[in-house]
This record gives sequence, structure tokens and C-alpha cells, in this order.
Amino acid sequence: MANYLWLIPALPLLGFVVNGLLGRRLGHAAVSLLGPGVVGLSLVLSALAFIDMVNAPELRLSQSLFTWIEAGSFSVPVAFTVDRLSGLYILIVTGVGFLIHVYSVGYMHAEEGYHRFFAYLNLFIFFMLLLVLADSFLLLFVGWEGVGLCSYLLIGFSFERDAAAKAAKKAFVVNRIGDFGFIVATLMLFSVFGTLQIDAVLAQAPARLTAGGTLVTALTLLLFLGATGKSAQIPLYVWLPDAMEGPTPVSALIHAATMVTAGLYMVARLSALFVLAPATLTVIAVVGAATAFFAATIGLAQNDIKRVLAYSTVSQLGYMFLAMGVGAFSAGIFHVMTHAFFKALLFLGSGSVILALHHEQDMQKMGGLAKRLPITTFTFIIGTLALTGFPLLFAGFFSKDEILWQAFASPAGHPGLWAVGALTALLTAFYMFRAVGLTFFGASRVDPHHARHIRESPWTMTVPLLLLAVLSIGGGWIGIPHLLGGPAGLPNVFEHYFDGFFARLPAEAAQHAASTELLLMAVSTVGALFMMWVAFRLFSRDLAPAARLRERFAGAHRLLAAKYWIDELYEATVVQPIRWTSDRVLWRIVDAGIIDGIVNGVGYAARFLGGALRLTQSGVIENYAVGIAIGAVAILWYLVF
Amino acid sequence: MSFTLSAADFLSVLPESILFAMGMVVLVFEMFGTGRDTRNLAYLSLLSLLVSGFALHRLAGRGITGFGGSITADPFAIVLGMIFLLVVALIVLVSIRYLHDRGVGHGEYYALLLFACGGMMLMVSSTDLLTIFIGLEILSISSYVLCGLIQGDLRSNESALKYFLLGAFATGFLLYGMVLLYGATGSIRLPEIAAAVNRSEVRGNPMIWYGLGLILVGFGFKIALVPFHMWTPDVYEGAPTPVTAFLSSAPKAAGFGALIRILTEGLGALTPEWSQVLWVVAALTMTVGNALALQQDNIKRMLAYSSIAHAGYILVALVAGGRDSLGGVLFYLLAYAFMNSGAFAVLILASSPVRERVTFEDYRGYGYVEPALALAMVVFMLSLTGIPLTAGFAGKFQIFKSAIDKGYVWLAVIGLLNSVVSVYYYLRMIVVMYMQRPTAEHPPERVVPSVPLYVAVAASALGVLYLGVFPAGWLELSVRSVTSLLAGG
Amino acid sequence: MIPVTHVLVLSAALFAIGVSGVILRRNAIVVFMSVELMLNAVNVAFVGFAYGLNSMTGIMFVLFVLVVAATEAVVGLAIMLAIFRNRGTLNIDEFNLLRW
Repeated sequence: MANYLWLIPALPLLGFVVNGLLGRRLGHAAVSLLGPGVVGLSLVLSALAFIDMVNAPELRLSQSLFTWIEAGSFSVPVAFTVDRLSGLYILIVTGVGFLIHVYSVGYMHAEEGYHRFFAYLNLFIFFMLLLVLADSFLLLFVGWEGVGLCSYLLIGFSFERDAAAKAAKKAFVVNRIGDFGFIVATLMLFSVFGTLQIDAVLAQAPARLTAGGTLVTALTLLLFLGATGKSAQIPLYVWLPDAMEGPTPVSALIHAATMVTAGLYMVARLSALFVLAPATLTVIAVVGAATAFFAATIGLAQNDIKRVLAYSTVSQLGYMFLAMGVGAFSAGIFHVMTHAFFKALLFLGSGSVILALHHEQDMQKMGGLAKRLPITTFTFIIGTLALTGFPLLFAGFFSKDEILWQAFASPAGHPGLWAVGALTALLTAFYMFRAVGLTFFGASRVDPHHARHIRESPWTMTVPLLLLAVLSIGGGWIGIPHLLGGPAGLPNVFEHYFDGFFARLPAEAAQHAASTELLLMAVSTVGALFMMWVAFRLFSRDLAPAARLRERFAGAHRLLAAKYWIDELYEATVVQPIRWTSDRVLWRIVDAGIIDGIVNGVGYAARFLGGALRLTQSGVIENYAVGIAIGAVAILWYLVF
Repeated sequence: MSFTLSAADFLSVLPESILFAMGMVVLVFEMFGTGRDTRNLAYLSLLSLLVSGFALHRLAGRGITGFGGSITADPFAIVLGMIFLLVVALIVLVSIRYLHDRGVGHGEYYALLLFACGGMMLMVSSTDLLTIFIGLEILSISSYVLCGLIQGDLRSNESALKYFLLGAFATGFLLYGMVLLYGATGSIRLPEIAAAVNRSEVRGNPMIWYGLGLILVGFGFKIALVPFHMWTPDVYEGAPTPVTAFLSSAPKAAGFGALIRILTEGLGALTPEWSQVLWVVAALTMTVGNALALQQDNIKRMLAYSSIAHAGYILVALVAGGRDSLGGVLFYLLAYAFMNSGAFAVLILASSPVRERVTFEDYRGYGYVEPALALAMVVFMLSLTGIPLTAGFAGKFQIFKSAIDKGYVWLAVIGLLNSVVSVYYYLRMIVVMYMQRPTAEHPPERVVPSVPLYVAVAASALGVLYLGVFPAGWLELSVRSVTSLLAGG
Repeated sequence: MIPVTHVLVLSAALFAIGVSGVILRRNAIVVFMSVELMLNAVNVAFVGFAYGLNSMTGIMFVLFVLVVAATEAVVGLAIMLAIFRNRGTLNIDEFNLLRW
């Protein structure tokens, strides 16, 4: 039966213990084998569990281990459940996680603290699996806090740099703010339902809670607060862009496979609660759309390749929440999956570039790398095409299109949400192709010292890249829309995979003609293609061949000049203002100033309060005696009057 | 009334009597002992604690009461007594090297610890205001002396004087409260007080309210609730570190035990009123304790403020009331004893007479100098923060869960927000140990090994982890042992 | 027969004088004497109630309070002696090495 489920998280935990305690003595080779090995075994078991789950009568497996907490009528067993949602997640977590572990063998091989790094990675995977497999809110919370803790350890791994230590602390503290929402919601759920078993709560929810009532709205908003912390939404997204201070595999792990998808996982798992609170769903949709757009605009002006990717993660997560907010849980999870593939690919690709350039992350000092790093370039472009939703072939196209369509057509949808989503898609296409152009094409701006030593990464890094590239292309086909797949006889496997799993919105979906869907798809796709072209033109130009062309074909010069004129007009009217706003207003003021300020403000307020109270601690005995006397008078006054 | 003493009378105070007798034996041995090596006395004290614990264990489940019902050996008293014995045993372990290296506090140190422990046990097993008062004073007077142990040290002197003067001042309030309760109800026995308070004409007498208020003030001082907390950081900073470790956990537990007994067994009928007062006090205590802890560079002082904040969390459970909450108090007290003693044990182990390591800066890069010790410190800090899989999380969860269950949502929210804020200063310890390089003024050095200290650190760390991963057993026991308290009230 | 109320008024007045003494005086010994005054206010009240309620309990309590006050005095004076030797003063305003 399913009595092997406990091994899925236990193996990475074992890896953590062995690598952490004995890693130094075991040596480099053993750690390289053990670190990825335990996750690989976990992946095999996850696949097995997935197959068993699909064949199980109720499409779920569970295993109960022991009773964790028991007090009176309250008891929390430690039990693991694999159903369609967690089954998919464990595959993503262990699959992408495994590739990242393998990649790290190459990426980190020269770093100090090699065994410590793998110990942390293993621990991270353990907590993520615990979170996903948990069948009670409390166990989920253990995983939830655990990944926060591990992200702290991993982001701060190279603490020599002050920025890394700061980013680590920020990630942890911001996550704790979100966790606060989650734990309050958990405790309230207990007081309403008398149990913390997720299934029991979901089953009783429609009976115990009034749909649209204050209680369920407050509960779901608190849960969503928790999700904004983990999944980096406004206002708690601030830690994620800084989180790229960690080593690149860590960014890939945090951004793609694990931590940031935890919030989405939680919302999807509790869909039965969320559909009872339409107000919360609206908040989620609006926050999601706003985050998607806002982060994309910031992405336009970043020069650090990882920072571009970081903001794109925030933006893509916004898409996923938009999907959840309009009740399209399955579309949101579909995008989680495709995003895991291509974002891991992009981060690992950027890591490959950074390693080749001796830890240079500034795209202004790159350029022309396509010839020197063929595999990296090829896979990075595939990842970019997938992310930007290049039509028909790539994973991101199908999942993004599905979300946009749902944002328009779902009963909770709104044309405005669609418009913001579509606009974001255009911006995404622009900044990603800008990144590709600046990094891989055009003239080399690389520091001449390093230029000679650029060479392609070792196989431990390129093989994961290639595998992820295959997944980025193929992963979307299981969710082909009816509109396109129907005529060709391809079913939308993914949609049926979740049939009846998620709660549905009470309202009936309005009927939309297929032509509407086609039209909307065409608008966003053509727009995105146009932006890709513009960005690529602008940022991948190599000036030397252009000059030769101008000499040889004088007639064509006019045309080229005219092109330039268009480009420059575009540059002056569109790009510069956007860049200016993005850099000066959105990033410097809104992001770094206001939102960071609010989050830090809580800390400052507490410190200020402490500073003021500190003055009462004068060290003089009479003052303390006065304090006691005043307290006594206050209590007596309160009690007697 | 007969004046014969029965076997039950002796049995009911047997564990305390063992400690008092052995304390005197320690004093006598010290007098005739040779040289300044007091280590044997430490082991003798440990043995006494063990014997007392055995006696206490044998009393469990017998429901013995003695001295006309003034002393009871109910599960509540026994569970708390075990906590005290455990804390004092840990303190003895961490003191051995400290005292030996500094050549201070000979036999009387261990004797005073034993007396204090007996006093605490007497406090929580009393159902009578007089015996509670006597237990409290045995504890307090021993503590004053312990604070001033290092006679030549100005800080230790000052700590003792502050504690003594303010403690005596607070005792005045407590006694005045007791006399008013006696005047209003005609008795000093908790069950008789409870019977009187159930009558409405007694509740109409303002004396009962003054009495209640003054008792809250007296205990508020002992367990350092805001605004009666101001002595705490000064006294804790100045006292010798092992004494600080003792003061910040055990006497608070004893204060909570006695307060819970008075408020539930004696004044249960006034619950709506006192819980309102304590609501405000709890919110203030958590907030002020945390806000002040943020400001500290001295770890002893930080832990002093953090102990105020933790008293606030425990008070939340007292406000909520009921089996689950009060069981949560017992759970939390044990959890706190482990994590707090453990953190202090690390400070003591890392310090030497030449160089006290009590500020954050002293621990720069410690994670690479003493990996195991630093790891233990991480466990204690995470537990104090309330991260899952540690004892601190299980305790906070139980307390806030039952508070919300009883409808105290806002109080729980304040508590949880406070525990978010507390991340800042507990995390700082971890940041300093793992993410900062040692500097010239704060050079790293390996500790001088000491077996008793290692045992104390390891036992505390294992305790924290065990209660975090398998809280079920102890929680069940805690909840069960408060049941008798509520049935009586 | 003196009404219990009179005794209580006396006791409350003594207590208030004690509290003010602790707050206002600067010399540690005088502060401690003020605390003793508070304890004696308690004793007066106990005796008064014992008299009014016709119960021995209050009288018994007084004996214990006296004993405790005596032990506190022993310990307190020892502490003050130690601090006086080191600092040469008993002015409590000057004892603020430990603060903030």
C-alpha cells in the first residue's frame, strides 16, 4: 500500500543529517553523491506514489505515522496524504529539486562550505515535502516555517557579503509576518471546527461557515496574508528580489520549485474555503494582477540579470494568484508547474553565464556570449520563449493563455483583469528579450581579463539545463486549450486531471463564443510577439556589421536609417519614459521606499517604542518603586470603580 | 482542633523537608570541610534533589493533604515541584565551574539553592495564604543573598540591594492584600475563602477588591509583569550568571503556580474581574518586554526582557482559563525552563573569570569556533522565538490555541504579533554567531571543557527538541494535573 | 470596644506613610525602615481583624510576619553592609550602574 510515503520526506532529512554532521569527514565526492542522491530517490518514490495515487480508488493515498499532539479532545496525528494536488507538487519539488541539486554539484564545487550547502538544500526539500504532504494545518505550518528558516540559511550562505546577510534576515522576518496571518487563521479554524485536519475542515466548511460572511472572509484574508509572504505578493514581496543574493541554485530552488509556490499550494488546497469568500477572491485577483503588472514594470529597467529574473518571478506569481482569484485553481496550478520548469531553467542558465564570467551579474558587461556558451544560450532562449508565451510550442503559452482567458471569462473575472494581464504579458516579452539581447548577442562588453577564459559549463550543469528545456517545451502540451487541441485531436489532459478536485464558484459561467477566446488570444500573442521583436532589435544590435552594411548598400542605408528613426522614436517616446518611471518612481520610491518602508516600519516602530520605554529603566530604586505604586493604584482603581 | 501530627502531615511536606534538612547538612559539611573545593557539595546537592524528587514521585496519585488541609500534594503541586527540582539541578550543574573558577560562594550557595527550591515547592503545594507567604519568603530571602553572592563586585551588590528593597516593598503589598482577604472572608484558607466569596454580600465588600488588587501587585512583582517589572533587567544583569539563570525561570514558575492556585481555588468567583485586569497586564507585559529586548546589546539583559515577554505569554493562558489553558501554562513553564537555562548555560560555558562573554559582540563567528555549542544556542533561540519542532512552538501553540478557543482573539493576536517582533532579537544571536567574522577586540577562543556544563547544555537542548517533536505526553500530563484545581474551585 | 474600622484607618495610614517613605527617602536604611512600617501596618490590620472576627488566625499570622521581617532585616543589613564597604555610601540614587 502506501506505507512508503514517509520515506519521501525522510530521505532528504537523512541527507541533511548526514551531510550536516559528517559532511566534512565524508569528503567532496561522497557529498556530491549523497546530496543529489537522496533527492533522486525521493523523486523515484514520488513517481511511484503518483502512479499508485492515480490508480487508487479515490485518487488519494495516505499514511499515518504517530500522534503528535494530544490534549483532551484535541489531537493532531502526523500523517501524509498524496492526492492529485500534492502528487503533482511532490513530482515538481523532487523533480526540479533533483536537477538543481545535480547542477549545484558543478556550480558550487569550488565553494567553501560545500557539504553545508547540500545539507541546507536537503533540509529545504524536506520541509517543502512536509508542507505539501501534510494532512493537518499544524504539520503544514511546520513545513511552512521550515522553508522560511531554510531560505534564511541559504540566502545568507555567502554571508561575507553584507547584502546577502541582510537579504537573508529580510526574507526571514518578512516571512514571519506572513506566517503570523497563517497561524492566527489556523487557531481560528480550530476554534470554529474543533479540528485541524485539513480534510475535515474542508468537508465541514460549507455547513459551518456562512458563505460571504465576515468570519470566513477574515479567515481567508488571514490565510492570504500568509500566502503573500511566502509567494511574494504585494505588500510582502520585498524579500524575493533580494533573495537572489543567495547562490544561483538557491534562487532557482526558491523561485521555481519550492518556497514561492507554497502560498499558491495552500490557497489551492483550501479552495473550498476560499470560494465561500467572494470578497477575498476579489482581493486575491486584484492583488495578483497588480503584483504582476507592477513587478513587470520594475523588471524593465534592471541591469542585474538575476534581478530581472527575480522580478519576473514576482510577476508570474501574480498571474497565478490572478487565476486563483477568479476561481481558476486548476489554471493557476498549471502555471505553477510550467513556471517551475522554465524559471528553474532561466535561473540555472543565468548561473551558467555568471559562473563563466567569474561572478559578473551586470548585463551591461555581457553581450555576445552566444558563440562561447552555445548550450546555455540555446536553453536560455527556450526558457525565455516559454516564459514570454511564444505561441504554440512552449509551456508558458498554454498556461498563460489559460489564465488570461479565465480572467476574462470566469464568473469572477473582469475584462479589466484581462487587460492588466495582457499588458503584463507585453512587458514580460519586452524585458525578457532585452535580457537575452544584452546577454547573448551584440558586441562583447565583457571585461577583457575574463573574456579569454569563457567556456561552457561542465556536464553536471548543462544536462539539467537541457532536461529542463525539454520540460519547458513539452510540459505545456498536457494542457492544450480545447480551441487549439480539439481540432487536432489533442485532449486537455490537465483540465481533466483536476476534474472535481477544486471547489467551484457558485455562479454559472457565462457562455462565451470560441471566437472571443481566439480573438483575445490573438491580441495578447501578437502584442507579445511585437514586443519581443522590438526588444530584440534594440538590445542585440551589433554596430560593426551595421556599419559595413551601410557602406556596401548605400540604398539600403536610408531604410536602415528609417528603421533607426523608428527605433529612436520608440526609444524616446516609449522606452525612456517607461524606464525612467520604472527606475526612479517604481523601483526607487515605491518599491525600495514605500513598501520596504512599511515592512521595515513595523520594526522601527517597535524599536522606537523600546527606545522610549528604555528611559523608564533609569536604574534608580525609587523610580521603580513609583512604578510599582502607580501600577497598584491603577489596578485598585480599576477593580473598585 | 487536635495538636497531634499524623503520618500524612509528615508525608505531605516530606520532599520539602528533605531539601531543608539537606541544605543544613551542606552548610555543616562546608563548615568542617577542607579547602575551598566545593564540588563535592554540589554533588551532594544533586543527590538531595534526586531524593526529594523520588519522594515527590511517590506522593503522586495518593491525594495526601496535611496540616488540616493547608498543604496538599495534588498533581498540580507535584508537576510544578518536579519542574523546580529539574531547574535547580540544571543550575547546580552550571554553577560548579563558575563558583570554583571565581572562588566565590562556597557551601552556602548550594544550601541557599536547596532552601529556595524547598520554598518554591511549599508555595505551590499550599492552600493557605500563610504557608504560601512563608514559602514565598523562604524563596525570596534566599534569592536576595544569591544575587549578592560576589561580595566584592559592585554590580552584584547593587543587584542584591535593588532586589531586596523592591522585593520587600512588594511583599508589603502582597501581605496587605492577604490581610484584606482575611478581613473580608474571615479565613486564610483558600477553600473557605472560595466559599465566602461565593456569597454576594462578601463580594459587595470593597475590601475583597482591594485585597485582590494588592495580591495581583505582589505576585506581579515576583513574576515581573508590567508595570512591576522594572527591577528585572537590573537585577538579572548584576547577579552572577547562574543565579540569573535560576531567577529567570524557577521563581517565576513558582509565582505563577501560587497565583493560579489563589485565583482559581480561592477567588474563582471573581474570575470576570481579575481576568479583565490581567488581560491588560498581559498585553502590556508582552509588548513592553519585547520592545525593550530589541534595544539590548547585553545578552543577559536581553534574556531578562525576554523573560518578561514570556511571562506575558503565560499570562494569556491564565486570562483564558480552563483546563487546556492552565495545562498550557505547565507545559510552557517546563519548556521555558529548558530553553532559558540552556541559553544561560551556554553563556556560562563560554565565559571565564578573565573574560565574561555576555554581549552579542562576544559571539561573533562563534558558529565556526564552537560548532556544537553554537548549534545548541541556535536551538534555544529558535525555541524562544517559537519555531515549529521546538518546545517553544508547542507551548505557544497550546496557549494561543486555547486563548482563541475561549474567544480571546485579540489577546492572542497581540501575543502572536509580539512573537513576530521577537524574531529580531533572537535572530540577532544566530546572525552574530554564523554571519559575522570575529574582530580583534572580540577574538574567538575555544571554551575550557567542563563535563557538568556540557551535561546541562545537552540535557536542555534535548529537552527542547523532545518537547517540540513529541509534546503529546507532557501536554497530556499537564492538562490532567490542572483538572483537580478546577474541580475544587 | 474599639470598632475595627478605627484599627483599619490606623493601619492604612501607617501603610501609606511606609509607601511614601520608600518613594521619597534616599538612604537605603531609611527606605528599609519604611518597608518595615508597611509590614507593621499589615500586622495592625491582622490584629484588628482577629479581634473583630474573634479568630486566632490573624494573631498567628502576625507572629509569622514578625519572624519574616526579622530575617529580612538580617539579610538586608548584610547586603547594605557589603555595598557600604565597597561604595562608602548608602544613597540609593548613586546605585545606578545597572540601567537601560
